[in-house]
Amino acid sequence: MRRAEIVTAIILGIFSLYLMWKSGEAPAWDPSVARFDNIGMIEGEGPASGWWPFWLSTIMLICSIWIGVNWWRRTSPPSRSDEVFLDAYGRRMLLLVGGGLLGFMVLIQFVGFYAGMFIFLFYYLFFLGRHSVVRTLAISVGTPIFCFFFFDVAMRIVLPKGVTEPLFLPLYKIFL
Amino acid sequence: MIEIFAALGDGVWQALQPINLALAFIGVVVGLFVGAMPGLGSVNGVAILLPFTFVIQKYTGTATSPMIFLAAIYYGAMYGGAISSITLGIPGASTAVATTFDGRPLALSGRADRALVAAAVASFVGGTVANLLFTGFAPALASVALDFGNPEIFALMLLAFATFVGLGGDDIPKTIFSICIGLVLATVGFDIISGEPRLQFGDPLDLFPATAGLIDTTGFSHGIRFLVLAIGVYGIGEMIWTINSSRGKITMTETTITFARIRDALDDYRRKAWKGTFIGSALGFFVGILPAAGATPGSLMSYGVAKMISRNPDNYGKGELDGVAAPEAANNSASTGAMLPMMTLGIPGSPTTAVLLAGMVIWGLQPGPRLFADQPDFVWPLIGSFYVSNLIAVLVNLAFIPIFLWMLRMPFTILAPLIFVLSVVGTFAAYQNLFDVWLMVLFGLGAFLLRILDYPLAPAVLAIVLGPIAEPKLRQSLLLSDGDPSIFFTRPIAGPITVIAIILILLPLLKIIWTKVKSSRAETPAQ
Repeated sequence: MRRAEIVTAIILGIFSLYLMWKSGEAPAWDPSVARFDNIGMIEGEGPASGWWPFWLSTIMLICSIWIGVNWWRRTSPPSRSDEVFLDAYGRRMLLLVGGGLLGFMVLIQFVGFYAGMFIFLFYYLFFLGRHSVVRTLAISVGTPIFCFFFFDVAMRIVLPKGVTEPLFLPLYKIFL
Repeated sequence: MIEIFAALGDGVWQALQPINLALAFIGVVVGLFVGAMPGLGSVNGVAILLPFTFVIQKYTGTATSPMIFLAAIYYGAMYGGAISSITLGIPGASTAVATTFDGRPLALSGRADRALVAAAVASFVGGTVANLLFTGFAPALASVALDFGNPEIFALMLLAFATFVGLGGDDIPKTIFSICIGLVLATVGFDIISGEPRLQFGDPLDLFPATAGLIDTTGFSHGIRFLVLAIGVYGIGEMIWTINSSRGKITMTETTITFARIRDALDDYRRKAWKGTFIGSALGFFVGILPAAGATPGSLMSYGVAKMISRNPDNYGKGELDGVAAPEAANNSASTGAMLPMMTLGIPGSPTTAVLLAGMVIWGLQPGPRLFADQPDFVWPLIGSFYVSNLIAVLVNLAFIPIFLWMLRMPFTILAPLIFVLSVVGTFAAYQNLFDVWLMVLFGLGAFLLRILDYPLAPAVLAIVLGPIAEPKLRQSLLLSDGDPSIFFTRPIAGPITVIAIILILLPLLKIIWTKVKSSRAETPAQ
């Protein structure tokens, strides 16, 4: 946990610096404005566009350094902790659950929401949850069907279907 | 006063219309379930289901019905938290932590029915007392707040953030970081005053020209929507955190609920738990009003006070009925209290009220003092629904305890993927943009990792809601004063609020100094 605390503080510090850099970005259509010209006050107009995010990012950077100082002085609980940041269970869980979620997102891009939903639920319930095939199929088939009638039919919010779009054409004819 | 009662009567009548009554009923049932499930609380339920309220607004043509639905979820969740605290020994939500102290020992000694009934009735009394206080205070506070200008509103927002720093109890730099990241995320897109693009990450790695155009970030041009962060944090991050921390080690205490047992339990409640209920109802409301305080500290404080003034303080923690009634009355009372600043000042005091406020903005309302003057058709039916939902919640709770106990046996390996799917689909349905869904998932994974290291995430959620209001108020105030920040100190209302906010920000530092002074004084006589 102790190492993770300082590594996170460093990453957040670098991220804060990056946000400061980006906040100072001038609008592309006005080449006369140099970087960081927009983080101060404009006469008669008050603070410029980058003023608020720049100074907030600066406070974030100061906080990251403060977290680092607390780590050095061992005053925050994670900086004193001997526990591991993610033990074997946590790492495995993050890989299987978080990885599964990211996989679900990738699947949506190609096979659409409904087929992606079916595959994700089947994967989670059968392989991670170790549920029976009948229960797995009931939930992983029932959920997309419910969602189709709720979103596409009732709310008229058409969820992307990717390559599976042709399979839905007969349903569109009946219900939409 | 007569006008208030007339408006309230009309509001209750509107809340009793079939569609609103049905929504309140469904909301309460959903809330009870959400509150009872470990790892889920009112904020998860409200955030995940907010996109679905668009359809309610579409069909009813009013913002009142979706708000009644969400407020009913909020109410139900406060009741539901006690069910898992008592039967599983795991608080359904942080607001029910204090209920575990005596609720669990009661269940383990075979008196789970007594604890469940006491929790339900105390919640009802707490909710009713808070509703009466809300009805009395809200119109008065709103009429005072009508005189507030930009500096006053910004000072109030500063106070809301300051309470997180001073009273939140979390690591100070991490809390401030969380507030600032929320505010920065709210600035992504376009500056609403000058119209200039900001933080759109056109070429996110433009420090290295070779990587320009590598990542498509055009989705940032419409800004980072509040729901994307809220669902990411509460739908994905919290769920993964719960999976990691619970590790499937949950055992349930079996209990039988019959009509006769409820009657006996009510008799027991009347004799043993009225004092805790009274303390929780009163204290919970006033703690709930404070930003960053809310239902969790309200319930813990009420438990502490009930124990302090009890004739049998040693029985607390071993199964004292007052120890269940006090926190349960308090968390319900505080949840109504938290609505007071949200509806009258436009300042949400908790993540759940922040989601409700964001919902009101999405439905075309402007929360704040003008709401009472301009939208009485929205405000009074909503307040009326508080009373109706409270009554529905206690009846549903008592009638359906066996069903909730059965539902609690649903394995987390079924609930978790369904919530993941609901989060993904709900985010897409709200904005119909896959970029936002990706962002939501990434925020969720990031939130999980930060949560392990004790980074508080509620301030970030609150900040992304308040950011778009706070920034223009601050900039317009500085424009008014030619850039002189003393405007926040010299005005009669803004001045004291700003000073209190600064004291709250400095409070942790003052505490450290005070502790050092005290310890040095203690050492001096010994020398």
